[in-house]
Amino acid sequence: MLPLVAVAALALMAWTGAGWPRLEPFYGVILPYGALLAFLVGMSWRVLSWTRSPVPFNITTTCGQQYSLPWIRSSRLENPHTRWGAAGRVVLEMLLFRSLLRNVQHEWVESGREGAAPKLVFKSSPGLWLAALVFHYSMLLVLLHHARFFLEPVLGWVRGLDRLDAFFQLGSAACYVSGLTLILALLYLLARRWWLPWLRYLSLPADYFPLYLLLGVALTGGMMHYSTRANVPAAKDFCLGLARLRPAGLSGLGPLFHVHLTLACLLLAYVPFSKLAHMVSLPLSPTRNLPGAGRMTRHVNPWNAPVKTHSYADYENEYRDKMRAAGIPLEKEAP
Amino acid sequence: MSEEGKPARPARVPFAPSSRDWLEPTTKFAAGRWSYSAKPKSLRTLGFPNPRDWSPDQADWKLPDNWKEIILQGLRERMDRFRSLRLFMDCCVRCGACADKCHYFIGTGDPKNMPVLRAELLRSVYRGEMTLAGRLLGRLAGGRRLTPEVLKEWFYYFYQCTECRRCSVFCPFGIDQAEITMLGRELLNLLGLNINWVMDPAAKCFTTGNHLGITPHALKDNLEFIVDTIEEVTGVRVDPPINRKGADVLFVAPSGDLLAEPGIFTLMGYLLVLHQSGLNYTWSSYASEGGNFGMFASHELMKGLNAKIYGEARRLGVKWILGGECGHMWRVAHQYMETMNGPADFLQEPISPITGTHFRNARTTRMVHIAEFTADLIQQGKLKLAPERNDRYRVTFHDSCNPARSMGLLEEPRYILRQTCRHFHEMPAETIREKTFCCGCGAGLGSEECMDLRMRGGIPRAEAVRSVREKYGVNLLSCICAIDRAVLPTLMDHWLPGVGVAGLHELVGNALVLDGEKERTTNLRGEPLHEGEA
Repeated sequence: MLPLVAVAALALMAWTGAGWPRLEPFYGVILPYGALLAFLVGMSWRVLSWTRSPVPFNITTTCGQQYSLPWIRSSRLENPHTRWGAAGRVVLEMLLFRSLLRNVQHEWVESGREGAAPKLVFKSSPGLWLAALVFHYSMLLVLLHHARFFLEPVLGWVRGLDRLDAFFQLGSAACYVSGLTLILALLYLLARRWWLPWLRYLSLPADYFPLYLLLGVALTGGMMHYSTRANVPAAKDFCLGLARLRPAGLSGLGPLFHVHLTLACLLLAYVPFSKLAHMVSLPLSPTRNLPGAGRMTRHVNPWNAPVKTHSYADYENEYRDKMRAAGIPLEKEAP
Repeated sequence: MSEEGKPARPARVPFAPSSRDWLEPTTKFAAGRWSYSAKPKSLRTLGFPNPRDWSPDQADWKLPDNWKEIILQGLRERMDRFRSLRLFMDCCVRCGACADKCHYFIGTGDPKNMPVLRAELLRSVYRGEMTLAGRLLGRLAGGRRLTPEVLKEWFYYFYQCTECRRCSVFCPFGIDQAEITMLGRELLNLLGLNINWVMDPAAKCFTTGNHLGITPHALKDNLEFIVDTIEEVTGVRVDPPINRKGADVLFVAPSGDLLAEPGIFTLMGYLLVLHQSGLNYTWSSYASEGGNFGMFASHELMKGLNAKIYGEARRLGVKWILGGECGHMWRVAHQYMETMNGPADFLQEPISPITGTHFRNARTTRMVHIAEFTADLIQQGKLKLAPERNDRYRVTFHDSCNPARSMGLLEEPRYILRQTCRHFHEMPAETIREKTFCCGCGAGLGSEECMDLRMRGGIPRAEAVRSVREKYGVNLLSCICAIDRAVLPTLMDHWLPGVGVAGLHELVGNALVLDGEKERTTNLRGEPLHEGEA
């Protein structure tokens, strides 16, 4: 509940802020540039903080047949033995969410017979994979559509994308499929957290907050696009101003635009300091980005240090007589 | 349990969260789900801190005064040393894909056995003690302070994880609970919070070279007893050399195979294959353990116990190393050994002297899995097999966790099974290969006192075996792990009486036609060959 209240409060602040011309530099300049700066600096700091720590061991999780004997077909992507294979595996994870697609859910099923105990079965469960895929690609499309606000002239590929995505019209507005699927996917991801008891139990405010924030951004964007018909030329002037480092101000843009802009900026600034940073963690994950053939190539641990061991000489000293009696060869006949 | 000989059946296990927020630590330890503490003597042998008499069920755990400082400092150091830990502390989105991938969650319904929450037990402390947001906002940011109750909760749940890595197969970011458990246990070890079933074998391994504490002369006796038994069954006397210099290959097996059934039958299989192939090899009485319980305590102990394998290979002057069937042993050999104790430049790239096959996949570590070695022998036509000698068995195969998910040794054992058994049937696809389910007793959780946890954790495996028993009449569960051979018989007796357990090489040993053998009337277990044929 609290994350929803927080997002609503932030939206309300932005809405009322629109009526205060003196706050315009804050909304029109400080917020967007500040958010971008926070995102860039924050992400760099995140990546640096992760990569500063070494990868001492090759701990690949192998998900397929190893490369071994020539007549056994190895799984080049699920258990790669080359760097290229490992790169392919990471790409597969990033673009198609390979591991999520594997998802199966356990279920106890009644066997149907009187008095018989239930059976444990596993059912394919691609819902999360599909929702995640739809969400991320819709998000990507929606972001790409925004390019037309930042480019003059609008490049051909942006128009092409528009035509592909908006295959029907709603009144005067082009109806983007991506906007619709974005909101539906977000609602699905939210609904899972509400309804699945085990997921509700483990979820934290930090899991709901970004979902509400994203929904806020998406809904205000949609509202401007379909109903209030925001002042597009003014919005474009504002965005172009930002892109050309000559901020044009927010005049002519209503409170809804303020809310959309504010929530979007907060989202951007929030990414590096939250779980949303997962966008860059995946290619760094040591269980996925290394070749699985651990016995093939040397992996060096930079902090490898000597440890306490018990030497063979000590062992032989302790058991020499018994070893001799048992006829086991010795290094030294006497200590 | 069963009544009137009817097989027992697990009941539906409900999801059982407490009504409280998970950030509240669980301090009530359920009976049969925790292990006894390590004895001070073991810790002294290994040089581990805080050796003392204590018990997890007593209120006072006798911690040093600065325990909190030790843990937080230890966590910081490990985050600086392991990118895995640093990344896994930050990048989980709690999507829940891993939740029911854990055999302990399926078997207990305890929400903190969901891998995501088991990891959050550590993450919440990281956030609450080490990040700005967590320190300012506390629970709102999912952070909590490190208290004695939290520490006890860590102990309870980090010793309810078998480091099987099944969750990490399904995680979209590859977050590996095994890594978090390993490092979580490493932190607990800084305070002397460890379990006897890990530290006692580790201490024995440190001095005698193997977990069971088999002394050199006892090793010789055990091998001789096994050689005698082989002679009774086959009429052939094999001669396993010990500590022999000048051998081409050092053979290292899990010590469990030396002592108890059904492991010793697997060992008979190794000896028969090695004998019949004519490989010039030797055992080492000191590197008499491939397994490594150090892995369940700390990376340093893992390295220390592992050192003797290369040490003995160097001392005995062999060309390469051959390893027996063992699970976590092969995780260490495949992913840690060469990094920790290499480079193995005193060895040669492994080439089978019998077939000439170059094991390129082991060219740096220079240690070959016996399933790779035997599969190559069979494929090259070097072994004569009589698979009908295994006809009393309808066999299924349990992929042992580590060879499956930390190595990818999937087809070699299957090829061998198909060549040595005429009735081989796979369990459901969601329960084998990289999706295989743990036996429920790995990573040091095979003790008598945590029997409830073991039997519950084994439910997914047992249910999968049940499905092939009902469909194909399967009566033998084969595996390639010494812990499996030690614990799966108990699991089968509990849930599926009548299903036996065998190592892969036991079946090879039965089918292998030896030069000069007598007509076999029994298998290696002494069971008549032609009775109860499937």
